[in-house]
Amino acid sequence: MLKLGEKVLREIYLILIAVLASFLVGGIVVFLVGEDPFNVYWILLSNALGSTKDICYTLFYATPLIFTGLSVALAFRCGLFNIGAEGQLYVAAFATAWVGITFGGVFVEVAGRKENWSWLDLPSFLLIPLCILTAMVAGGFWGAIAGFLRARFGASEVINTIMLNFIGIALAGYVTQYHYRIPGDPILQTAPISQKAHIPQLNEYFSFIPKDVPLNFSFLIAILMCALVYIFLWRTKWGYELRCVGENPSAAEYGGISPKKQIVIAMTISGALAGMVAIGEVLGDRHRYFHDFSGEVGFLGIAVALLGRNHPLGVLLASIFFAILIRGEIFVDAFTRYISKDIGLVLQAIVILFVACMEKYSKR
Amino acid sequence: MQEVFTFALLFSSIRLATPLIFAALGGLFSERSGVINIALEGMMLAGAFTAAVVTFEYQSAFLGFLSALMAGAFVGVVYALCVIRFEANQVVTGFAINLLMLGLPQFLSGAIYDSTGSTPQIPKEHLLPQFFNNVSIASILAFALIPICWYVFYKTPFGLRLRAVGENPEAADAAGVDVTRLRYTAVIISGILAAAGGAYLSIGQSSLFTRGMTAGRGFIALAALILAKWRPVPVLFACLFFGFTEALSFQIQGIIKLPSGEDIPVQFIQIIPYVLTIIVLAGFIGLSRPPKALGIPYRKE
Repeated sequence: MLKLGEKVLREIYLILIAVLASFLVGGIVVFLVGEDPFNVYWILLSNALGSTKDICYTLFYATPLIFTGLSVALAFRCGLFNIGAEGQLYVAAFATAWVGITFGGVFVEVAGRKENWSWLDLPSFLLIPLCILTAMVAGGFWGAIAGFLRARFGASEVINTIMLNFIGIALAGYVTQYHYRIPGDPILQTAPISQKAHIPQLNEYFSFIPKDVPLNFSFLIAILMCALVYIFLWRTKWGYELRCVGENPSAAEYGGISPKKQIVIAMTISGALAGMVAIGEVLGDRHRYFHDFSGEVGFLGIAVALLGRNHPLGVLLASIFFAILIRGEIFVDAFTRYISKDIGLVLQAIVILFVACMEKYSKR
Repeated sequence: MQEVFTFALLFSSIRLATPLIFAALGGLFSERSGVINIALEGMMLAGAFTAAVVTFEYQSAFLGFLSALMAGAFVGVVYALCVIRFEANQVVTGFAINLLMLGLPQFLSGAIYDSTGSTPQIPKEHLLPQFFNNVSIASILAFALIPICWYVFYKTPFGLRLRAVGENPEAADAAGVDVTRLRYTAVIISGILAAAGGAYLSIGQSSLFTRGMTAGRGFIALAALILAKWRPVPVLFACLFFGFTEALSFQIQGIIKLPSGEDIPVQFIQIIPYVLTIIVLAGFIGLSRPPKALGIPYRKE
């Protein structure tokens, strides 16, 4: 048996090898395409980390990944695979926008006259918490369906969350298209939410953050969630029971813990975490539900959790790593002749493959 | 109603079912041997891209189709190495392959054609040949594969071993079956078949490759596989049914309206396969149970 410190060092060591190996493979591909790999990586890293503005942008991209990474990691601690973060965050984003319109006193201009689209006109201090709660409840509900199906019928949560992704995204698209799009808008998006539902941008509070960076309050919520998930999993009875089921369901049951109940709880919390992506997206950045907004962050959550070893601190670091790729790829695309921004996606995929293949060696 | 349920709808269903049949049969081989295959989507994309590029460059659909199969086999080898040799988690690896194939074709197309939107248009005469009602030669191949797969699975020693390995690898091993080798073979076949489905999309149904052009068909194929309870002949009917729902969603637009005068939202028809899969998995319409050893790496004692 290795000591805890040695074990952690070994994991970090293996992950570094995996990351380096994937950059090596990516470099070879870049070389074959006819570009200088060192130049490409320099463009990638310097534009993701080179200045305060770049770093703030990278943290902005990291925010949704922290939520989805925590979501996947928490489910995994209970022995479950939540492939459904993508669907959960779409459902949550629409629900959040719906609340932001319906309870925010929103008037929409339709054919030249103002139409009232809301039921109530709540003040900010009620509307924002209500929106955040909605994001969590909607995501949690979508996750809970898969948890319930697993607990009650033993149906694979992997398959069900994949199916629920498609269903959730299609339904959000449907209500947007038929009921909440401003008539005549060519883009599939809802009307804007009430100004009162907007959460603050961080540059309003921290003068060192440049004005045009969309980094908003949701980043601080994400950091807070890392801490809360850690406390929940390792410092509370509920978290302990959840992890017991993940490590050995039959032993947990023998010890008086109901695995079925834990499975539903874990999938609900997991879904709620994924749903919190909506806070940054709808309340902090785009201020409406925009169909197709996610850009795979739900799926990248799997990668983040894997690279972060299903630990909140690891998730935070891994999110920043993937955000560097997301930020840097834009510049690689602009400043090279033959390399498109898809280099980021390719590198992400190779990293996951390497880390997944190395898991075998970290267990020993 | 008559305007909707026509022969055109039938042939449209057959065309749309074709890629699903290839991919679902691919999934069948892999999953019956005990290896989860969520990478079907990525394998299809690899096939679609390779077929489009090779057909455009060499003006031969035959060559394009053949290289797509090779690309599929290659992706199958990579996937098999990860999950069998290195015992990587099958769900994670599958998703990584899907992610890779969302990026890599764009990356290569950007490097070759200086355009990441799509590959160049292939002239119609170089696409896969079609017969009456635009039924492609690939559709005929897909339908022919059903009885062939049935025969392979239930009437050959290879099929018997494959099923045994997926249910109880220890027993199969004790009986002298090389579990690892068999799983490699199954996953590679899986890649080849899925890639054939992808090739049909780019050089049969369409005439170029576009980003993520499979649009979730790999997952619908997976759904069909579950609905068919991992058996070859029901796979045909499940795929035809899903092809039919897709065809219907195109057909009814603007023709059938709700009593309120609105169009029937396409989204409601699009989600049918997914809803059905959840219902079937929960056991409401007969129980669908996966092969027993599905997803468990085999380590020789």
